[in-house]
Amino acid sequence: MSETNTLEKPDLKIDQDEGNFSYPEDYAFDAGTGLTEKTIDYICEAKEDPDWVREFRKKALKVFKDKPLPTHWASKDLENIHFDDFRYYLSKGAKPKRTWDEVPDDVKRTFERLGIPEKERAFLAGVEAQFDSEAAYSNIKKAVAEQGVIFVGSREGLKDHPEIFRKWFGKVIPTADNKFSALNSAVFSGGSFIYVPKGVKVKHPLQAYFRINAENFGQFERTLIIVDEGAELTYMEGCTAPKFDSVTLHSAVVELVAMKGAKLQYITVQNWSPNVFNLVTKRGLAHEESEIKWIDCNIGSRLTMKYPGVILKGRKARGEVLSIALANSGQHQDTGAKMIHAADETTSNIISKSISIGSGRATYRGLVHIPRHLKGCKNNTECDALLINTESRTDTYPAIVTRGEGNSVQHEASVSKVSAEQIFYMQQRGLTEGQAMSLSVNGFVNDLVRQFPMEYSVELKRLIDLEMEGSVG
Amino acid sequence: MADRSGQTPLNPSGLTGPAWWEERKAAAWKKFQALPMPRRNEEDWRFATIDAIQLGDFRPGQKGSTSKEALLKRSSASFSHAAKAVFSNDRLLHIEGGEELAKQGVVFESLAGALERHPGLLEKHFMAHPVDLGAQKFAALHAAHASAGVLIHVPKGVEVKHPLITHHWLDGDASAVFPHTLIVAGENAKVTVVDHLGSTQGNGRGLACGVTDLLVGAGAKVDLVCFQTWGSGVTSFQLNSTRVERNGEARSLFVNLGAAYARQESRSTMVGEGARSEMLGLSVGCDRQEFDQRTLQCHDVPNTWSDLLYKNALDDRSKSIFKGLIRVAPGAAKTDAYQNNRNLLLNPEAEADSMPGLEILNDDVRCTHGATTGQIDRDQLFYLMARGIDPRTGAQLLAHGFFEEVIARLPDREIGEAARALVATKFLSMRTRGGEAKQAAAVKRSGDHVLPEDEILDVRALQGLGN
Repeated sequence: MSETNTLEKPDLKIDQDEGNFSYPEDYAFDAGTGLTEKTIDYICEAKEDPDWVREFRKKALKVFKDKPLPTHWASKDLENIHFDDFRYYLSKGAKPKRTWDEVPDDVKRTFERLGIPEKERAFLAGVEAQFDSEAAYSNIKKAVAEQGVIFVGSREGLKDHPEIFRKWFGKVIPTADNKFSALNSAVFSGGSFIYVPKGVKVKHPLQAYFRINAENFGQFERTLIIVDEGAELTYMEGCTAPKFDSVTLHSAVVELVAMKGAKLQYITVQNWSPNVFNLVTKRGLAHEESEIKWIDCNIGSRLTMKYPGVILKGRKARGEVLSIALANSGQHQDTGAKMIHAADETTSNIISKSISIGSGRATYRGLVHIPRHLKGCKNNTECDALLINTESRTDTYPAIVTRGEGNSVQHEASVSKVSAEQIFYMQQRGLTEGQAMSLSVNGFVNDLVRQFPMEYSVELKRLIDLEMEGSVG
Repeated sequence: MADRSGQTPLNPSGLTGPAWWEERKAAAWKKFQALPMPRRNEEDWRFATIDAIQLGDFRPGQKGSTSKEALLKRSSASFSHAAKAVFSNDRLLHIEGGEELAKQGVVFESLAGALERHPGLLEKHFMAHPVDLGAQKFAALHAAHASAGVLIHVPKGVEVKHPLITHHWLDGDASAVFPHTLIVAGENAKVTVVDHLGSTQGNGRGLACGVTDLLVGAGAKVDLVCFQTWGSGVTSFQLNSTRVERNGEARSLFVNLGAAYARQESRSTMVGEGARSEMLGLSVGCDRQEFDQRTLQCHDVPNTWSDLLYKNALDDRSKSIFKGLIRVAPGAAKTDAYQNNRNLLLNPEAEADSMPGLEILNDDVRCTHGATTGQIDRDQLFYLMARGIDPRTGAQLLAHGFFEEVIARLPDREIGEAARALVATKFLSMRTRGGEAKQAAAVKRSGDHVLPEDEILDVRALQGLGN
């Protein structure tokens, strides 16, 4: 590995003995631990933020400090986050390095099992901060650029395209939306900015790792996507490979805007290491006759709290959330969806499937809001939970508010376990119990997984096989 | 006891009893004062209109203006019954049937009578199983004030053929009442109890804070039906705790028609294998009524069953909140639990909030829940209107059909009829009301599914309905 290969995350631990990376004291771009106004100034200078961003960050910091943790409804585990112990900004130069040899064997094996392309492995393992795939994807990048699509980092977005960026930045998710959106607003770095001009239909799904940028998977990434009238876009982030990372707090904000008649699909597949708090705010604003679809797959982490939402602002707008959550022992997937109907004849659909393995806990938390004076709105919500072991846990906490006329909502949830007959049948045909369980679980999520892009669904299937190992017998 | 910031003071002339009773009363009053009023951001009070909870200056033990004879006349049940107790503003007016029941060993006593003759039963079971779904403060208020109501004890193996009934009246505009019904059913016993809660005046004000507890012994069967028809200015709390032992069966139906703000909390705990609990609810809202329903189905042991069905029909600007939870303990394998909330909006201004929840800590279960909110089916309404039925009546007829699924679950046909009659009375009062109803109706234009009653049927306007 060459000297230029830097690591994604600052304080990554590979194993217990060698994990403590040392940081030279004189780094130019290390904001130190803790979060104060000084930290903000520091980030602003390091990133050369314009004044309005500095002001925005400082206001957000105040909101963050003022807001209590939402423990009156959320997990008390949030109290274990020590905000003062984190580094809120570390620029490239301050990032530690590691070599492929240092990557633990089980991680390498996982990559192998998942069938991650050779080129991507080094990047995913944190060996290469830069994903060496320029050649592979440059054609797509070129084609997209020719259509007038802007696809840059959020930093370039706010510098080079302020006229579009400022108009929508922080509008879908206001700073004060919740404590973690405020935190993100104060210290954000990284993430994508995408603008698709009117009528442009982007054929290929855009992925964060097309863009060569070490800040891709930032700890506090901020993504803003605007799809103009009649345009279409599919965006993907993450991958099924586990992200090895000892930065234990991730708090991203993703804002989507679909103008009249636009279609926007945002696909997330994330597999966090089991020490991570993943507290993400994601929301889309759907104008007239537009469609926003979140496809969300959450695996791993200690606690994930993520409720992708759509504000259905224009007539006949449509919102959809398809969610798969897999909680293994020691993990809590607190996921769901929010559908805020704000115009007539808007429709929304939520389908959530969760699997709890071992002592894992999967929670569905949702909000469907149809206020008065609206007509002809429809929502359909289905939550299915599958429990694998006796100590597995699942919860469902939906909240549905309905007023107005000609509106209808329906919510259904069921909890089940893998059918013993099915397992027996498959074992009769020579499958081991583990294989049979995997097959059954894959069948449970199959109708959702089919909606994922092909490579994701293949990886996801393998990942479920992996996660199911050792859960039976 | 001092009156603090408009909180209802403890009635010094309330029911006095032995030392343990007085101690509990005092402790409860302390607890009531110590606990804060519900706050907006509390999950247990989500969506509730906190401001609607006015303890005001209502006082217990107020003298009413309605004569005893008139009240007793209004307390004549439409169905046959084995015993009856009538209270007005928490004073016992009349009790009958107790002596006959005593021959079977059945206890049917007012709280005062029970304190005198069955203090042991009362001491053991009186508010022994808290509901804990948010209204703890009001449970404490109840415990501090409870003086009216009945203790029913059906000993092992005894089946009471006919229902036992109670009536609680709020008389006048200044009263607070604390109705209490405690049902203790021994092994394989069987009993049906019907509570009537009502105001002497349809627009009466007041505060009602009642507790109904069902303790169902092994193999016992207990049915409870509660008809709540408080006056339209009443703030009501109705807390119910049901505990079912091995192979016992409980069934409760709460019919909510009255009150301005009615909070109902109902908890069923299955403590023995084979325990079953059926929890039913039915509400009809009009004007700005708010029905705030919180339920918990607690499965603590294996092989238990519960089934909840709450249906609300909401007109005008009324609102219902349903928050339910099925909780399955880690060891409670083979739990079969169902939870269903269905809301029918009869008016665009009405609001239904639904929070059906599950907490499942065991994999070997069958748990489902569902919640739907919708409007009257236009095709069905069109059919009725084509037969000359005015739209509002038509919508109400369809709402009757909507409730049938709940009422049909009552095994006693006569009580089912009484429920239907009460729902019909409520609908009738909504039809004949002036003022607000008409104003609300004016919002609904012709061609919509609900029309003002006095509007002449316009066939052209209706043609759109079928499509």
